Amino acid sequence: MGSRLPLFPEQASSIAPDVDHLTLFLLAVAVFFTVLIFGAIFYFAIRYRRRSEHELPHVHHGGMALEIVWSVIPFGITMVMFTWGAKLYYEESRPPDNAMPIYVVAKQWMWKIEHMEGQREINELHVPVGRAVKLTMTSEDVIHSFFVPAFRTKSDVVPGRYSTLWFTPTKPGKYHLFCAEYCGNRHSGMIGWIYVMESQDYQEWLNQHPPPASLAESGEKLFNGMGCPTCHKEDGTGRCPSLSGLFGKTVQLAGGKTVVADEAYIRESILQPAAKIVAGYGLAMPTYQGQTTEEDILQLVEYIKWLGDKPEVKKQSNGTLGEQH
Amino acid sequence: MASESHVNEETLALREQFDTAAQQKDASTLGMWIFLITEVMFFGGMFLAYTVYRRLYPEIFAVASGSLNVYIGAANTVVLLCSSLTMVLAVRAAQLGKSKAIVLFLVLTLILGGVFLGVKAYEWNEKFVEHHIPGPAFHLEGVAPDQQGHAQLFFSLYFAMTGLHALHMVIGAGLLGMLIWQARKERFSAEYNTPVDLIGLYWHFVDIIWIFLFPLLYLIDRHMK
Amino acid sequence: MITAAIQERENYLNQSYGIKSWLLTKDHKRIGLLYLCTITLFFFLGGAFATMIRIELLTPTGNFVSSDTYNKLFTMHGVAMVFFFLLPSIPATLGNFFLPMMIGARDLAFPRINLLSWYLLVVGGLFTLFAMLAGGVDTGWTFYTPYSTTYSNSWVIATALGIFIAGFSSILTGLNFIVTVHRMRAPGMTWTRMPLFVWSTYATSLIQVLGTPVLAVTIILLFCERVFHIGIFDPALGGDPVLFQHLFWFYSHPAVYIMVLPGMGVISEVVSVFSRKPPFGYIFIAYASMAIAVLGFLVWGHHLFVATQSVYAGLVFSFLSYFVAIPSAIKVFNWTATLYKGSISFATPMLYAFGFIGLFTIGGLTGLFVAALGFDVHVTDTYFVVAHFHYIMVGGTIMAYLAGLHYWWPKMTGRMYPEGWAKLSALVIFLGFNLTFFPQFILGYLGMPRRYHVYPDEFQMLHVLSTAGASVLAVGYLMPMIYFIWSLRYGAVAGANPWGATGLEWKTASPPPLHNFDEMPVMTHEAYDYSTVVAEEIQVG
Repeated sequence: MGSRLPLFPEQASSIAPDVDHLTLFLLAVAVFFTVLIFGAIFYFAIRYRRRSEHELPHVHHGGMALEIVWSVIPFGITMVMFTWGAKLYYEESRPPDNAMPIYVVAKQWMWKIEHMEGQREINELHVPVGRAVKLTMTSEDVIHSFFVPAFRTKSDVVPGRYSTLWFTPTKPGKYHLFCAEYCGNRHSGMIGWIYVMESQDYQEWLNQHPPPASLAESGEKLFNGMGCPTCHKEDGTGRCPSLSGLFGKTVQLAGGKTVVADEAYIRESILQPAAKIVAGYGLAMPTYQGQTTEEDILQLVEYIKWLGDKPEVKKQSNGTLGEQH
Repeated sequence: MASESHVNEETLALREQFDTAAQQKDASTLGMWIFLITEVMFFGGMFLAYTVYRRLYPEIFAVASGSLNVYIGAANTVVLLCSSLTMVLAVRAAQLGKSKAIVLFLVLTLILGGVFLGVKAYEWNEKFVEHHIPGPAFHLEGVAPDQQGHAQLFFSLYFAMTGLHALHMVIGAGLLGMLIWQARKERFSAEYNTPVDLIGLYWHFVDIIWIFLFPLLYLIDRHMK
Repeated sequence: MITAAIQERENYLNQSYGIKSWLLTKDHKRIGLLYLCTITLFFFLGGAFATMIRIELLTPTGNFVSSDTYNKLFTMHGVAMVFFFLLPSIPATLGNFFLPMMIGARDLAFPRINLLSWYLLVVGGLFTLFAMLAGGVDTGWTFYTPYSTTYSNSWVIATALGIFIAGFSSILTGLNFIVTVHRMRAPGMTWTRMPLFVWSTYATSLIQVLGTPVLAVTIILLFCERVFHIGIFDPALGGDPVLFQHLFWFYSHPAVYIMVLPGMGVISEVVSVFSRKPPFGYIFIAYASMAIAVLGFLVWGHHLFVATQSVYAGLVFSFLSYFVAIPSAIKVFNWTATLYKGSISFATPMLYAFGFIGLFTIGGLTGLFVAALGFDVHVTDTYFVVAHFHYIMVGGTIMAYLAGLHYWWPKMTGRMYPEGWAKLSALVIFLGFNLTFFPQFILGYLGMPRRYHVYPDEFQMLHVLSTAGASVLAVGYLMPMIYFIWSLRYGAVAGANPWGATGLEWKTASPPPLHNFDEMPVMTHEAYDYSTVVAEEIQVG
């Protein structure tokens, strides 16, 4: 399918053509019924216009059959619409396992974006073409919404929780980023750009913007700086569970329930440690609400993810932690 | 007002928009039932919010619920049930046209309602003393510091729901007062007693709301000792 | 105002004079007119806000008003139009006036409660007006938390209070109508002999009675959160901001059916009269109204497809949203079929009815678009949705309201409006409307978000088209305002049944006597039996 119709935005993600195909189907159905109804009204109004003041049309009654036909056929069409739309939606909710994580913190009125390697961007996001990207997002204040028309994707960004969005950019270029949930005074100013680059250009961009530390390294610094290893000893002998290899595993909680150790669980454990206590441990952890920003928490999440990949922390000779994935 | 052939002299029992007294009574009763259904939807919104948060924070809600005085709550429930009994007796008296009995039972209902509200005021005061009122001074024992917000949610819902209920009772008390005044003037008879009937329905409804509130708020995870 | 021709016969207008006779009236007809005045005021207020919005959007930069002001403008436009114009419009004016007459009753079941309903709307309106004049409110008419509860520095409480009070107006009107339909029908007026306008208004009343209390409690919780910080919608205290959205939309989605169902009822009447045929598939249209009322309560989550609601909830709500489309489609097909082999008149009410059917079809079809999950992810919170709901609310409801006003104007006032001017304004409105809102579908798909004060340059062309349309539309709306008032003094005097219609309201004088009928009507034939009126002299205006 061509990349651009004058009435459609550019198609720059893997799902954009699929969405546009659905749109064309919906349009076709709509045009069909619009023409049908407008045409029928127009034709009947003229053909049966009142010719004398005293005419009394013959009353003919419809029947169940006709009503059923014109209920069932539209219903069938709507079920096709439902299924098609649902399929796309389901795909949009399932990021590929190897998607590159990017973290987004929204606040009035800007987008703070962090790459895993540590690069930070404000109102801009540089990504390589052809690679799936998964955004993990939260807000510091009110509800915002991350919207890229060229990708045909959108997700609200809600304070107090993480929401996710994924896309695979298919075309290098510069695409609008809009906030799509009214958030106050400068809602229409909370816009930016997504830069999709060829792989080597992206690599160059990463190199030209060396971060002070990767997200995981910053997270490690926070982790140590706030005294977490005191209780969360690596070998599991501390008052609190070891976090090595934790990310993604199922955790047994006191009281019998289980939970998967994902980003939301880590965030909740930092802000409300008493909410889910691990089986076999007591409540020893204080809350860090007010001492950590959303960005701090994302760095800690990345660090704990990194611990999940490499149980043994090995520093390279240049003092940085090894590359991920 | 123009009096046309089909329009009756307007009386309490037969307003001019109705054709017969039976039609008026029917319509008024249906109106009250519909109003009570809107009240169900009204309280329902709060019950929904309560359900959502109880499901999210069951242990906290259990601890918070445990801090309520279940004996007082149970006693209050009995008081309210008795007031429904006296209300029904008032309605019966009205159907029989016994004005003195109507007044007696309405007054008893009003007194019992007053007792309920008084006990409620005492309970709320207890909450104030124990620092269970949501706000800067809030603290619930047995709950970790980072969970105090969730505990506060329980009490916010507690005060909102019992407060809304109490407001309805105060309005009911006002309506009862009005009824007592009318009954003393011998307004009601076997032919015309609709207001007593309808306010009885309202009173029973307010009672039933409490029947739901009491277990939801007071009896989470309680065990007989 | 009233000439000698009408003054001879006593009717509800000349029966008593003076401000007290209006402000303390128990007459459903006078109360209908009181509502007419109130909602017209709010319509023009909401329209003034819309005008300012469209003027600002002529250019990509914000040079007409500040961001703050712009945010207040679209909020107050929505609040005024939804709560103080669209929701009361047809039920409280035409419904109040004609529901009792159509079933052969002298008045509603509870006339004093009816008057109370009007006062509640006025008081609620005053609170909201106060908020607007004191500085305005900038949360959007949807009041999403935590912006509305924690961050907005505008008159949220006053506005919310105004809406809360107006909600009780709606509840009491619905209650009144339900009891009236159940208990006050004239002899022979069985359910299946009732006009379809009564069926639609009845279904609307069910929604009003069941849905509005949830809005009331949502506003109470909003109030508690904003004033007492109880934490119910505040994540820092463990609250859930999205819970507000569920509670809000649980009412506000059925509310859109409160806004459109009465309009559908008007159209059923008008299409029938001006085809001189009973509505095709009468019983199906009646049941479809009831189905819409019920199904409308099951779909609120389609406003939360991208709001972090679970994928499974999204699937359920999308699925159910398609169900609610079917009864509306049934109605559109049945109205169209009514025209088949009819005797079609092009009087103004019928022109508006044609406009309604066409524009509601487009609006409804675009509803099918947004119900599709994959599509909605792209267009939600963009101008596509704005266009969709304006097609239904303006292209639908307001057109139906104008159809009803024109149709019943002779009955209410005893005067005919000027037909030539009326046809012209119908055309102007139709053209202006489409020019205003069709470009917005395109804007939305291109990615223009809603509630934006400034926007990227490439969207300007479409915005200019939209604003041009809005100016035409504004002219179109002013015209009826002028000629309706003109007609009160100079319009042709109307007889009892100028359209040759069959309803009971046409069997009494224009304007009607105080108690509606000189003799209690008895319904002896089926509804819409045009053979019973052809014999009368038919005056078509």
